[in-house]
Amino acid sequence: MAEDQHNISKTTEEVEVVTIRFAGDSGDGMQLTGSQFTNNTAIVGNDLSTFPDYPSEIRAPAGSLAGVSSFQIQFGSQNIYTPGDTLDVLVAMNPAALKVHLKDLKINGLLLLNSVNYTPRNYKLAGWESNPLEDKTLKDYRVAEVNMSELVANSVKDLNLSPKVINRSANMFALGFLYYMYDRNLDSTIDFITNKFGKYPDLAEANRRSLKAGYNYAHTIKVIRTNYRIPKAKFKKGTYRNIMGNQAVSFGLVAAAKKAGLELFYGGYPITPASDILHYLSGFKNFGVKTFQAEDEIAGVMSTIGAAYAGDLAITATSGPGMALKTEALGLAVSVELPMVIINVQRGGPSTGLPTKTEQSDLFQAVLGRNGEAPIPVVAAQTPAHCFDAAYEACRIALEHMLPVILLSDGYLGNGSEPWRIPDYDKLPDITTHKKTNSEDFLPYRHDEKTLARPWVVPGTPNMEYRVGGLEKSEGTGNVNYTPENHQLMTELRQRKLDIIAESLPPVVPFGHTSGELLVLGWGSTFGAIRTAVENALAKDLSVAHVQLTHLNPFPNDLEKILNSFKKILIPELNMGQLQTLIQGKFVVRTEGLHKVMGVPFTQSDIYNKMIEMLKGQA
Amino acid sequence: MHEVKTKPAPLSKRDFISNQEVRWCPGCGDYAILSQVQKIMPELGVPRENIVIISGIGCSSRFPYYINTYGFHGIHGRATALASGIKLTNPDLSVWVVTGDGDGLAIGGNHMIHLLRRNLDINILLFNNEIYGLTKGQYSPTSELGKVTKSSPFGSIDYPFNPPQLALGAAGTFIARGIDREQKHLQGLLKHAHTHTGTAFVEIYQNCLIFNNGVFSHLTEKEVKAENVLVLEHGKPMIFGKNEDKGLRLNGSHLEVIRLDGKTSHDHVLIHDETNKIQALLLSELTYLKEFPTPIGVFYHQDVETYDHMMIKQIDYAREQKGEGSIKALFHEGYTWTV
Repeated sequence: MAEDQHNISKTTEEVEVVTIRFAGDSGDGMQLTGSQFTNNTAIVGNDLSTFPDYPSEIRAPAGSLAGVSSFQIQFGSQNIYTPGDTLDVLVAMNPAALKVHLKDLKINGLLLLNSVNYTPRNYKLAGWESNPLEDKTLKDYRVAEVNMSELVANSVKDLNLSPKVINRSANMFALGFLYYMYDRNLDSTIDFITNKFGKYPDLAEANRRSLKAGYNYAHTIKVIRTNYRIPKAKFKKGTYRNIMGNQAVSFGLVAAAKKAGLELFYGGYPITPASDILHYLSGFKNFGVKTFQAEDEIAGVMSTIGAAYAGDLAITATSGPGMALKTEALGLAVSVELPMVIINVQRGGPSTGLPTKTEQSDLFQAVLGRNGEAPIPVVAAQTPAHCFDAAYEACRIALEHMLPVILLSDGYLGNGSEPWRIPDYDKLPDITTHKKTNSEDFLPYRHDEKTLARPWVVPGTPNMEYRVGGLEKSEGTGNVNYTPENHQLMTELRQRKLDIIAESLPPVVPFGHTSGELLVLGWGSTFGAIRTAVENALAKDLSVAHVQLTHLNPFPNDLEKILNSFKKILIPELNMGQLQTLIQGKFVVRTEGLHKVMGVPFTQSDIYNKMIEMLKGQA
Repeated sequence: MHEVKTKPAPLSKRDFISNQEVRWCPGCGDYAILSQVQKIMPELGVPRENIVIISGIGCSSRFPYYINTYGFHGIHGRATALASGIKLTNPDLSVWVVTGDGDGLAIGGNHMIHLLRRNLDINILLFNNEIYGLTKGQYSPTSELGKVTKSSPFGSIDYPFNPPQLALGAAGTFIARGIDREQKHLQGLLKHAHTHTGTAFVEIYQNCLIFNNGVFSHLTEKEVKAENVLVLEHGKPMIFGKNEDKGLRLNGSHLEVIRLDGKTSHDHVLIHDETNKIQALLLSELTYLKEFPTPIGVFYHQDVETYDHMMIKQIDYAREQKGEGSIKALFHEGYTWTV
């Protein structure tokens, strides 16, 4: 064997784009492995996009299909908008991971297996009827069947570690293997291991040796004849870092508070996949950020309304079921005209649904889901990095117009990551508030002509004591008023606030053609898949364009003109057609939907194939 | 040099009366409570602009509209959560929650117990009339078993909550009870609640003239109340009765009523110690026991560090340890690269 290995001549090849997926049992450390590979990829200077996908059970039964956890990354030298469709490399640490993910591996793609887990018992658990390593299942792939655990054990013999610890380090072996394949330096992960396991030197050593063992092993085996180098991506000038969506949201909130000269208050209840926003913000105490982990979703939003009344930039975040619980309070927020941002990191529904999977099915809930006429602006983030801009924008609208704003993100954005061009804080748009301390001519419900904001007078301000509540109020005095004319007036006023916001939105600029055969209209996290598909279609000289909406309520005023400039409109959504319904309700246009509700994002080919189908229909 | 000190004119009850017409039913117990609150407010030494009154939904929850301070009429059951956000945003405010037995113990029960356990420096006035008034006469979580109401024509089969006991169980740090008709006593309780640093829970028995009239008459009618009410005073023996001829004594782990007829010495009578939680629990047990007097006054009072204080401390500590947060440093933390 050894002789044979040394005779292999290796070459390095340059490629543009690669997609890999790490998959294994929940306990195999695939998320950590993926995030390490991601950081290393950022250091190399490639553009990237990631997709962590994990079960909602903390530890599903070992070896079961339900327990498979995976992390996908697409990286390359060109613009990367999505985590990729099909895989160049699949790491399948056990038969269940192989069962779930094999279908996505490209023909002739590389499959890396930890053979120690490929036992009759595990085949049975994963539902393989015959042994896939022996039948023809894997004939179209290059297979590296490696007993990682044994190789790791050999490398740490002198450390006297338990088999369990050794098995746990197998993920570092897989990572080292891929570092070799993509011509990487191990330093970033070695530093990480040293920091993470600082208190346990043996564990740190085992992980380091495992990483190196994987790297060296890949160098010696036949199946890896070539390793790959991906040139640096061409980024716009600037300083970059990698960022996750929920992290970017919390950065956006802190920045907006600072810009507006306010303290930040966050009241919320833990819920997947939004909890990370609470986690990040609770670490920002030295920014004066107050986080209040409430007893439930309702208390989360109510404390937020209280904080808004008392003068903080008030935030709450949740996911669909929590949003349902907050609904009544959102009506109150509309009625009392106080600024706050309610974030919904959407997940699959209805009810508890798919807690860890992504979906866009809360758009109706955001735009329409309240009793009475209770219009609330809705802003949607498009990519993990765009979560920063969207959060900042939501705060700006709330503060400048004195009303609650809903920010829609989703599980894919919240947990996904990509390089973020770090903005210059000083150049972020100014945010002005309507705080008022001068009691002259003060009326709590007198609305500013330009923004329709009412004055923001907070308790503690002398000589301006006023009462507010959820009963209908008189324009001006804010006193309770049930008269028919006043209710008509106030209802229209609350709607007019949104009409005014629409006037201030930046122009919508279609990507691709400004008129033509087919417009693909999307919102939120479908940005990457749509943009890639439209770029591919444009490369074939097809008459297509892409518009991705950030503002879903109100719609931009120039949208109608754009919709009317195309013969066909495709609206792909991770729901059953919610934007499509809203668009067709508002504008006289015919549109076609593409609906995917599988808990995973669109691939670019999902969109591309539909576009081609629609364009063929044209001919 | 002349030293000129200008002092703002002292506030009076009138300064706390808003320009809104009070719309409770004539004769409602809420009027009396409103009047006591307006009376004590000028005496608290708190600038009017620093007082905030928060409510939920129900008859009692109209309260904020009638007091000329900052006020917020929220949604059903959520006043305590709303108040928490206000207090945490500005801990200098004197925050008062006005709620009822439905608002505070049914729909808002969850927020109530969590505010009590967190011990934010907020005063809760729970108007207990043992009925739903604003929805016109259904039984409430404090209505007695068997109560015949619009929604229980055959009698309620709900066991009632015992509010002081619930508050004790939720780790409340100030638990008291007053009665709408006992105006002087109530004023004292309100002031005491204000000086307590932490969540003060004050249950106020309040007569609903329309749907539950007279439910507390045994505690309010001149002829009988002395026999039925035990006024708790810290450090004083638990004596009641028109002729001060009855007292409470501890027998094993139970309270019993003893007659002070010369044979039994006053020495046997239990002395009220508002810092004694076990004793408070025994007293709260008397709430629905007909053979015992109903205690009013402060059941329990213990100083425990407040949530709002700990939050400020934690923020100060974080600033001390990490320095004032810098947005630029936050953006650039970890690995960055420049193109």
